[in-house]
Amino acid sequence: MAVYETDDGPVWKRRTTRHEWMVWLGWLAATAIFVYCFKLVSDKTIWFFVLDAGTQAQDMASRMVPPKWSYMDDLWRPVWDTINIATLGTVLALIMAVPTAFLAAKNTTPHPTVRAIALFVIVSSRSINSLIWALMLVAIIGPGILAGVIAIGLRSIGFCAKLLYEAIEEIDVTQVEAIEATGATRAQQLSFGIAPQIMPAFAGISVFRWDINIRESTVLGLVGAGGIGLQLEASISTLAWTQVSLILLVILATVIVSEWVSAKVRHAII
Amino acid sequence: MSETATITNYPGRWKRPPLVKRRWLRWTLWFGAAIYLAVGFGTLEVDWQRVAEGIPRGQRFLAAFFPPDPFSRWDSILDGILESIWMTVIATVAGIALSVPVGLGAARNLAPRPVYLFCRFVVALSRTFPEVILAIFAVKLFGFGPFAGFIALSIATVGFYAKLLAEDIEDMDPVQAESIRATGASWFQWINYAVQPQVMPRMIGLAMYRLDINFRESAVVGIVGGGGIGATLLTAFDRYEFDSAAAILLIIILIVMGLEYGSGYLRRWVQ
Repeated sequence: MAVYETDDGPVWKRRTTRHEWMVWLGWLAATAIFVYCFKLVSDKTIWFFVLDAGTQAQDMASRMVPPKWSYMDDLWRPVWDTINIATLGTVLALIMAVPTAFLAAKNTTPHPTVRAIALFVIVSSRSINSLIWALMLVAIIGPGILAGVIAIGLRSIGFCAKLLYEAIEEIDVTQVEAIEATGATRAQQLSFGIAPQIMPAFAGISVFRWDINIRESTVLGLVGAGGIGLQLEASISTLAWTQVSLILLVILATVIVSEWVSAKVRHAII
Repeated sequence: MSETATITNYPGRWKRPPLVKRRWLRWTLWFGAAIYLAVGFGTLEVDWQRVAEGIPRGQRFLAAFFPPDPFSRWDSILDGILESIWMTVIATVAGIALSVPVGLGAARNLAPRPVYLFCRFVVALSRTFPEVILAIFAVKLFGFGPFAGFIALSIATVGFYAKLLAEDIEDMDPVQAESIRATGASWFQWINYAVQPQVMPRMIGLAMYRLDINFRESAVVGIVGGGGIGATLLTAFDRYEFDSAAAILLIIILIVMGLEYGSGYLRRWVQ
């Protein structure tokens, strides 16, 4: 904030002149980068298809209504599978994330090298999308729900462990010291001093990730890892658009229900 | 002596309090979880023979990953990475530009009820579908290539960013907003001087975070034809060039690490 003395009295401005210039230059640079990137993308785009999108969308929409409701009978099982992939995948992820988080937290890690390795595990798991994990796992253990469960599990380790180790680093040390003063071993300190403090965070993280996983497991079928994505892929490749619209509605309903459940549970915890 | 005698009468054992206090609820939860796990595993339909077959195959697969070889396909990898980066940048910018009006509309303390409901609906709709499904439809409508990926990522960005922006505006300090309003500010001045400074620091951090997410997601929109590094990755898998695939995955991890470090730095600088 700056006030300038002029002939007509003081003038209030939000920023100093120097700051204004900096902001302006920042905007200029950002705009230049954006325009440059857009040009590069537009060079690779066939604009004829893009301009045609309106008619395509109308055509597709007219083919998609009304949804083929009778197809629902074939969808109950995939929905159940999808929920299973998300839930079991979350459980698997939590089992692996808890030790990783303790190794990655500054105050519980046995050694800085171990911490670096744990952090690398977290970043790798977060960087690689569950669809890519599934792509690899389908090649290794064959198509099916198991590949989906493991893919979701591997993808979620990073997320859960990251939030969990941040919670561990933020604990109140006095409680741990009090437990230590009773002569407790390190394992006992962990169990009685640290675990109760991070329990609410742990529960919150699990439910939050479960909600995200429901969303992610709906597409794993595209690469053959089970769930409703299999039906989506099959319907799209056979151009059965009325089935596609029903599947999208089912995904919408599943996601809304899971979001509602997760909000309720988190509300109950916190 | 009698004092020590009374002390020893205290209970020597202590049981930690359970997480769920109500006993019936605790047992119902345990019981429900056990039944669910049993049924869930029962319907997994795992072909164990195929899995057993897969273990040596997995070892060979992992062995094929090492050492990662970025050089033999360097040109197409570089091309894919750059395409992903352009796509990520413009999708993040366009998505955030679109989220600002939607986010303002989706804040309950700012927008009239019909606008609020409409914007919330837009947010819910774009949040529901994963990027990959959006990308499938974008590819159908706009043809193959990075433009489809750009559209898909922009829509996904709106769902994420507008929701968080709206929540942040709803949580803002109303005192500052009222004092600006008391000076007789117009609606735009009010937004610019009362709302924006309050939400800006967090929003810049979230923009960086979304850039990070969009980059990661750009690797999968390519699998369904949306351009970028995903297309290169899928080609590498299809050609069984796992060493190239490993190199691509490593590059993705490194870029994400770099973005994470950069966003932490930027956030400290903003605050």
